[in-house]
Order: sequence, then structure tokens, then C-alpha cells
Amino acid sequence: MTFTQPLRSTRLASVNPVAKLGAASTIAIVLLASIDQVSAGVALVVECLLLGFLRFPLGAALLRVSPILVAAVLAGLTTLLYGQSSGRVYAHWWLVEVSDGSIRLAIATALRILAVGIPAVLLFLTVDPTDLADSLAQVLRLPARFVLGALAAFRLLGLFAEDWRALGYARRARGIAGRGAVRRSLGQAFTLFVLSIRRASSLATAMEARGFGSSARRTWARPSRFTARDWLVLGIGVLVAALAVAVSVLTGSWRFVIG
Amino acid sequence: MTGRTRFQQRPAGIHAAGWGWRHAGRAAWAVRGLDLDVQPGERILLLGGSGSGKSTLLGGIAGVLGGDDDGESEGRLLLDGEAPSAVRGRAGLVLQDPETQTVLARVGDDVAFACENIGVPREQIWPRVRAALDAVRLDVDLSHATSALSGGQKQRLALAGILAMQPGVLLLDEPTANLDPDGVVEVRDAVASALEATGATLIVVEHRVDVWLELVDRVVVLDGAGGVLADGAPDRVFDDSARELRAAGVWLPHRSAPARREPTAQGAALLSGEGLTVARPRGPRIPVGDITVRAGTALALTGVNGAGKSTLALALGGLLPPVSGTLTASEELRAGLGASPFAWRSSALVSRIGSVFQNPEHQFVAATVRDELAVGPRAAGIRRRQTDAVIDDVLARLRLDSLARANPFTLSGGQKRRLSVATAIVTAPRMLVLDEPTFGQDAVTWGELVGLLAELRDGGSALVCATHDEELVRVLAAQRRELTAGAPLVGAA
Repeated sequence: MTFTQPLRSTRLASVNPVAKLGAASTIAIVLLASIDQVSAGVALVVECLLLGFLRFPLGAALLRVSPILVAAVLAGLTTLLYGQSSGRVYAHWWLVEVSDGSIRLAIATALRILAVGIPAVLLFLTVDPTDLADSLAQVLRLPARFVLGALAAFRLLGLFAEDWRALGYARRARGIAGRGAVRRSLGQAFTLFVLSIRRASSLATAMEARGFGSSARRTWARPSRFTARDWLVLGIGVLVAALAVAVSVLTGSWRFVIG
Repeated sequence: MTGRTRFQQRPAGIHAAGWGWRHAGRAAWAVRGLDLDVQPGERILLLGGSGSGKSTLLGGIAGVLGGDDDGESEGRLLLDGEAPSAVRGRAGLVLQDPETQTVLARVGDDVAFACENIGVPREQIWPRVRAALDAVRLDVDLSHATSALSGGQKQRLALAGILAMQPGVLLLDEPTANLDPDGVVEVRDAVASALEATGATLIVVEHRVDVWLELVDRVVVLDGAGGVLADGAPDRVFDDSARELRAAGVWLPHRSAPARREPTAQGAALLSGEGLTVARPRGPRIPVGDITVRAGTALALTGVNGAGKSTLALALGGLLPPVSGTLTASEELRAGLGASPFAWRSSALVSRIGSVFQNPEHQFVAATVRDELAVGPRAAGIRRRQTDAVIDDVLARLRLDSLARANPFTLSGGQKRRLSVATAIVTAPRMLVLDEPTFGQDAVTWGELVGLLAELRDGGSALVCATHDEELVRVLAAQRRELTAGAPLVGAA
């Protein structure tokens, strides 16, 4: 949790999670529909301007999006070397061919990953799971039982890693860590499954003991409201996506991925 | 306390008449023929052997046993004259495992959870949350992470979550069985303070009688065969039914302490650490320094939660490499292999150093008890015919022979513990490392385990126990190695 702590105090943190979810997924869906440099480039530029405008702490932001940067560079390089070739060929070695076409594709791919990844990571890192659940149940009116059940189960995930390690140690101690890696992993996974079911049902009892699933109408200790500012965030997401598409179509570079 | 929310509930009464419950798919009734009347405000310690239906009764009163799909009921069980499931929130249940009782990520939200479920209006929720945290004396911020709490704090948090519902009866199902001695006292005191604030009825199930004795005014003992075995004032019940209670594994108050068993001979060093520091992957570094494990003796690793007892136990068991320093096995222990146990193959380790984990379920890998015992010898390359005799012997010694074909996961807590020890000793390792072997065990299993460990020690094995159990340390005449946490660690086990 400490990893996301510095970002939780930014202005974005208090935006309703559903608004952030909506904004990030609008940009992602729209940008993934095309593979061209212009739409992704426009979106990325606008996003960077917005981050600057919000005075997002640059150091903290860079640290969080660093996996996205690495992914963008790697995907770009791979496309550059192995992407569909067209136009002038600059280098050729065995399967590797660098051409006009692969350079264009590489830039488009890298930009796309950045334009989709950066807002998604920054928006989601500032979402607290509890707030998200509150918002999904109160704003989107998803069933409370389902949302809260998922939230509680999510908390158990952390115990998975601990269990898995302990199971590994125990297998070495029992003398069976040396052979049949596949079979052993399957067995270990099955035990983890059994332990998890056991935990989950015990958690379910604990929740029921606190009135979860009772016939009373549930109240909410933390109100989740969708304010004008949340509409603004959602609207900005839609605008960014629309602007990217408009510029791309007008310059004639929009290329649908399918069809 | 002026201006604070007061607890306004009335204590609840309970009435059972010929009540019984059978879990779906089971042939036997968990509880049957139970007649019991509890007056509002009474404080009851509920006892009985393993399988006598204590937890089922608490679940029934809490209304969490479920409907017709989950089991079959007979007779009547009423809470304030109504069916328990119809008056959710009148009874609050706290269970044993601190890990699975925390629902939400922040302390305040977790306490508020119950209020939300039973429909308490928002403006009343937060005052109730604060009052409940006060009552259990959990003095942390409302936004404090629940994952950073210690076991005792988590149990107090669960209790606060229940108190915020303002229930008429508190039902506690072995609330301290998974806690270290400090945590036990912490939770007991929180319950005392909660009862003072609320006047609620109390029913607590716990093997460790002396912890709860001063809080309760009545003891009820369930009969495994159905109904109530004994019921009355604590002193009278303990005097009249001492024999039955002892057989049921209850830790009776003022019992005579078991005798210290001195080692017969002190043997040679089997494993020596020099300038040792150990750590789990991504875990804190535990400075240990020099440490020696000797044949024919017991070594107790003690210290508060988070001091690194379990981590050191893993390293001594050859399961974790030292971060710095050396860990050297003697010629006798290594028997032809290299000096560092961590470098040994798994199949070679199993016949040299045995490890028993805190959670027995972590080390079960087979479908039956008998197969479970055959795993180690087979891995070590011991012949089938030799193994069979050894397994029969171990099964009989640990009273597991009637369960040879049962699935290890279906055993009771005490049986699982005995089986986990059996799997480690069946390959006759010279050294045995046990992590909290007596944790949460009833008096009968405790006695058996300690007897067996003393026997192994006297047979020349070296024992290493990571433990909080002072009795165990004393009876095994163990040399004590106290670990102190370098930095205060919250919540680490």
C-alpha cells in the first residue's frame, strides 16, 4: 500500500473511482481501435499537458509509469525489427528487416502503449479498492453482495503468496522438491486451492456473523457521490479520445485494426 | 464519557429445548437433545471435547448455520424468544482465526461493516464505531491499515465490529487459540472492558480455562453423546467433572504442573551457525550470531511475534539460505554430504533434518494418512518392506492407526498436529525443527506431544522448537535462545 501512498494525496485521488474507470477505459477502447501514429500521438500530448496542468508530482508519476515506458520501448523495438515490412528497407539480417513500414508501425505501437497505459496506471493507482467498491455499489448500483464479496476476497489474495511459499518450503522438507516439477506444482496448486476455499468459507461465516446478507436494507457508512467534478473527469476522458480520433481521421491516418 | 455514544442494547436470553443440528451430508448430529436456558447478562464458559458441538451451538445462536440446504435442525433454539436468523445483529460471533475475520482494509471501515449490514443510519454509524473501538481499547486511527495489526489487535478489531452492532449476546469461539500469550491477555481484557460497557450476555468457548475464569459465572460442558454433561458454578463443575473434562482435553485450573524432564545425555553439536543472519525473501534481516544445535537436547527459540523465530527455524531446517555467516552441519549430521544443509537435495534433507510447520496443512501432500507417512521414506530411498513396519509403529504410537485411510485434511486439529509430527519423524532424522508445535492444542494432545518430544530427545535426536509455550520450554528442559526484534515489527507472525 505504501507504494501508492504519495499519489493518494493528489487532486486526482478524491475523484470518484467510477469516473476514473470510465475516463481510462474510454481512451483505451477508442485508441485500440486504430493503429496509427497520429491518434496515439495526439492523445499522449494532451494527456501530458493535463498532467502538467494538474501539477501531478513528476517524480512519483515517472516511477509508477516506468513499467509502461519499458513496455513501450520493448514493443516498439520488436515491431521495428520484426514488424510487417514495406517501403524502403534500411537493414536486413535473417528474420530482421527494418523498413519504412516497420518504423512507422514501431512508433505507432510505442505511442499507443504510452497513450493508453499512462492514464490507466495513474488513474488506477489513485483508486482505493474500498472506495471503488463503494462507488460501484452506490453510483453504478451494482449488487452490494457481489461487490463487497469480491472486495473481501480480494483481500485474501495477499495471503496466497505467503501460503504458496510455505507450501514450497514444506515440500522441500518432505523430501519431494527434487523431482517431477510439473506434478509437484499441480499438487501444490491444488493444496493452495483447498486452503483458499477453506479461508474463503471461514471469511464468509465471519461476514455473516456481522449481519452480511441479512434482510435489513443496507446503509453505507461512506457516501460515494458523483459530483460535477467527476462528470468533468469523465468528460475530459471522452474529449481526449474524440480529439485523437478527429485529428487522425482529418489527416487521413486513421486505420481500423479490424476490417 | 459524556457526549459519547452509549451502548443501549438489552442483554439477550437464550432458550434451547431438545435442539439439534446435523450438517448437510453428515451422518452424525453435531448437536442433539440440547436443553439449555441462559438468562440475560449471564457469562458462560462453554466446554466440551473435540466434536461435542460447541462451535455449532454458537453458530446456531448467531444464526449463521444457514437454511435447509446447509443442514437439518430439530427442537427449538430461541434468541430473545425468536428464531436467531430473524433477529440478526442481536448476537455477535467472534471466531478463532484473526486472518479471516478482517473484512476491509481500514480499521474504521471494518468496524462500520456490521452496522452497514444491519441498516444502521449513517449518522449513527461513526459514533458507534468510535465507541466500539474505545470499548476494546484499540487506540489506532480509523484509517489505520487492518493488515498492519498484530493477531491480538485483529481479534480486538473483530470484537469491536461485533460491539458496534450493539448485540445482546457476545459469542466467542476460541478467540485466543491462535494468539501468543500477550495477545491472549490483550483480548481477554478487551472482552472484560466490553462486557462492562455493554452488560451483554457472554458465551465463550476456550480450552484455556484459567484465562477466562475470573470473567465467567457459569460453566456449561457439552456431552459428545448429546445434551449437557455438567452445568453450574465454575468451582463445582471443575470438582465434579474433573475426570471427564480432562479426558476432553480441557486445561483445568490449578492442575499440577507436569514434571520437568531432564535430558539423559548431552551429545555432540550437529549444526552450528557462526555470525548468522537470516531472512525470508523480501523479509527483514534477523541477526542471530552464533548458535549451536546439540544431539540429545532441546533448543527453544523464543521472542515476541515478528522477532524472527519462524525464519530462523526455516534456516536451521535447511529451507532458507543464510543471508550472511555460515551454517555448518557436523560430519555426523551431514553423513557424506556438503556442510550447508540448504545445498542438500530435498531427498537427502528429509532423512537428516525434519521440519514441522506451524500450519500442519501446509505439509500434507497425500490422499490418506498412511500414504502421507510413506512419502518421506520413499523419497529418501528406503525400502518398502522396511518402511511398512516403521509406519505401523509410528501410527500406533501417535494414535493414528484407526485413521490410516482417512484424508489428512479431514482430521481434527489435534490429529493434524500429530500427523505432521509423524511425517517428520518417520524418516528418523537426527534433528527435528518444530514451529509452534503446541499452538492451540488441547491438554490431551499437548501431553502426548511433549511426551513424544522428550522421548525423541532422549533417543539422541536434537530438537529445535520455535515457541511461545513456556510450559513446553520448561518440561523439555530446553536451552533458551531469545530473539529480539531489531526494529519493532507490527503484524508479522
